[in-house]
Order: sequence, then C-alpha cells, then structure tokens
Amino acid sequence: MKYSYYPGCTLKTKAKELNDYAIRSAQVLGIEMEEVENWQCCGGVYTTAKDEIATKLSSVRALAQAQDKGQDLLTLCSACHNVIKRTNHDIQTDEDFAFKVNNYMAPDMEYHGETKVVHYLEMLRDVVGFDTLKSKVVNPLTGKKIAAYYGCLLLRPGTVMAFDDPENPKIMEDFIRAIGAEPVLYAQRNECCGGYMTLNDREIAKNRSEAVVQSALKKGADCMITACPLCRYNLEANAVTEIPVIYFTELLAEALGVKEVQ
Amino acid sequence: MLNTKISKEELERISGVKVSKCMKCGKCSATCPNFDGMDYHPHQFMDMIDKGMIEPLLQSDSIWTCLSCMACLQRCPRNVEPAKVIEAVRLAVVRQQNQNHLKDEQIPELLDEALPQQAIVSAFRKYKK
Repeated sequence: MKYSYYPGCTLKTKAKELNDYAIRSAQVLGIEMEEVENWQCCGGVYTTAKDEIATKLSSVRALAQAQDKGQDLLTLCSACHNVIKRTNHDIQTDEDFAFKVNNYMAPDMEYHGETKVVHYLEMLRDVVGFDTLKSKVVNPLTGKKIAAYYGCLLLRPGTVMAFDDPENPKIMEDFIRAIGAEPVLYAQRNECCGGYMTLNDREIAKNRSEAVVQSALKKGADCMITACPLCRYNLEANAVTEIPVIYFTELLAEALGVKEVQ
Repeated sequence: MLNTKISKEELERISGVKVSKCMKCGKCSATCPNFDGMDYHPHQFMDMIDKGMIEPLLQSDSIWTCLSCMACLQRCPRNVEPAKVIEAVRLAVVRQQNQNHLKDEQIPELLDEALPQQAIVSAFRKYKK
C-alpha cells in the first residue's frame, strides 16, 4: 500500500524522531510513504470560523495532490491530522466554502473532498491490522506499563474526526497491546495538555500538563506515548512531575527491531 | 481603538452557531479543563451574546485563555458548539487593526530549545492576523 504522506513543519525539525521511526516501521509493515511535494504548513490549529478560507488552502493543496495520485493522505502529527481532516470535511459539506476554495485555486487544481485522510494509527489498525502488527513484533515490550495520551486533536470533534469513540477510545491501548506492553487507563487521557497556551499563559499550560501526568502516574504508568509534538513538549517541559514521554512510533520501531539504524 | 459594536448576527455568521439553541445546562463550563483560567465561561458566552451583552466578551481574558480543546463542543447535549462562538469573538477582535494579542517581537523571549514550531504557528493563528 502506498500513501501520500504529509509530515508537517515540526516533524522536519523538533520532532524528527516521530517521523523517522514511522517511516522505518512502515517499511517493515509493507507500507510506502510518499511525501507530498512542496507541502506547506497546515497552520497548527484549525479555525472554526465559516468565513476563513485562506488559512485552509495549504491543507486543500495537500489533499488535491493526493487525489491527483489516487492515494489516501497519511498524516502522523495529531495537529496536522486535525486541521487537514476538518478542512476536508468542510469541502465535503459546505458548498460555499468549496466554491470559494476552488475559485481561488483555479485553474491549477480543483478539489471536492475525494481524498481519504488517514492517521498513521488508523493505518496500523485498519490496513495493517493489530494482529498482523503483533505477529511482526520481534522485541515485545513485555512488562512495560504505558499510558496512551490522546489529547484533543485526534478525537474531537468526534463526528468529523471519526477516529475512535471520543470519550472512551481504545486504538492506542490496542496498539500498546500489539507491541507486547500493558496499557494504563487514566481519567485525563483525552483532556487537553494546554496546547499553544504555553506561549500565552504558561501557568495554565503547567496546570493542565501536571493534571494529565499526575493522572497517568496514579494509575501506575512507567511512561506516556503521544502522536503530538506539542503535547509531548507540554508534558515534558510544563508538567512539574517527571515521566518519560515518548512518540508512539519510537516504541513501534523498538518492537519491530528497527529502532537502531542498520 | 477596539470597535465594540459587534452584533450577535455577526458572531453567528462567523461561527455558524445559533446561540439561542443553547438551553443553559452549563455542561460546557462544567467540562471546561480551563474553567479557572477564564473570566467568562463557555455558557456565559452563549447567554451574553444572546442578550446582546457582547462588549465585555470582546474585552475578556477568556478569548485568549480558551484552549480550543473542543471539550465543550464535543459534550454539548444540543450540539450548540460553544468553542466556535468563542473563536468568533476572538476573531472579531484580532481581525481589527492593531488588535493582535501576540506580536512577532515577543516571540524570541518566549522561545526555548525544545519548543516545537507547531506551538508558534498555532499561537499566531489564534492570537494575530
């Protein structure tokens, strides 16, 4: 299976390992990730305003390019996934938005929401399958107690993201089981880490991150996993209590035996 | 100078939300993970806009301290989506001249080695035009 792949700004800079481990693991699983040419930053957050057009065009360009290749668009960063999937939903459901976007981009490309946006975790669940993943694990992470941190962006709004049950998700726990470890359930796994608030009012980000980390620690977690560089930053830099916070792709690569470059 | 003559209709147009759909159950504010960081809470945005009391919201801290986590939107039993309304009020401010809440020149002092690019682009999207 070959995907168009949208890495996003941070996966080329501060979160290179999230990207690199994903690509290395995909090779083992028979998945090809073809990077979208000249992709542009998604903007980090989706704007809910009905009259925002220009801020969503970078997502549309990536979606249209994937359509031209007849491929699904694979995302990895939670924020990119949220922005691109919601923009795609706008094109599919809001005629006025679709009309204005296509007017703006004409005549180079026309796009009406045909591309399927797939997060890497969804690809593992729905295309590879967690049973197949489990069978390819050479280094099971036995005995490790891992707290999956979903945050906001993969799950909400549930009707648009359709990622998992927005209040009681299990995809990351199933992933943790597939790589041989033990998932830890905790109350704050789908509550906000503080996000961009770290640049506006750091105390708020500290309060949120600490609440999330405490919640995971109380349930006996050894470490936490995330798909979002900003979540990772907040949980590491803004929470007072320390716990290792790792990208899920790093554990995937470790379990598949491709963490170290051959 | 902030133009405070923003109408309920304008906010409903930007957000796509009809605020009178709100039944004032307060679930949005009860579930808000940053309740303590907001001077006006999500249910108050709905109520005050419905009554035309918009100026205090334009000048509130809440439009900057809302996390856009979409918890209120997800859990609203009437699908009124308060987060979209708070976003509309924030945009009604930052779209005006000289009303950027975060300025380019503030960024260098806010940076640290680990801060992801994502944080900066997201904050700019929320706080400036």
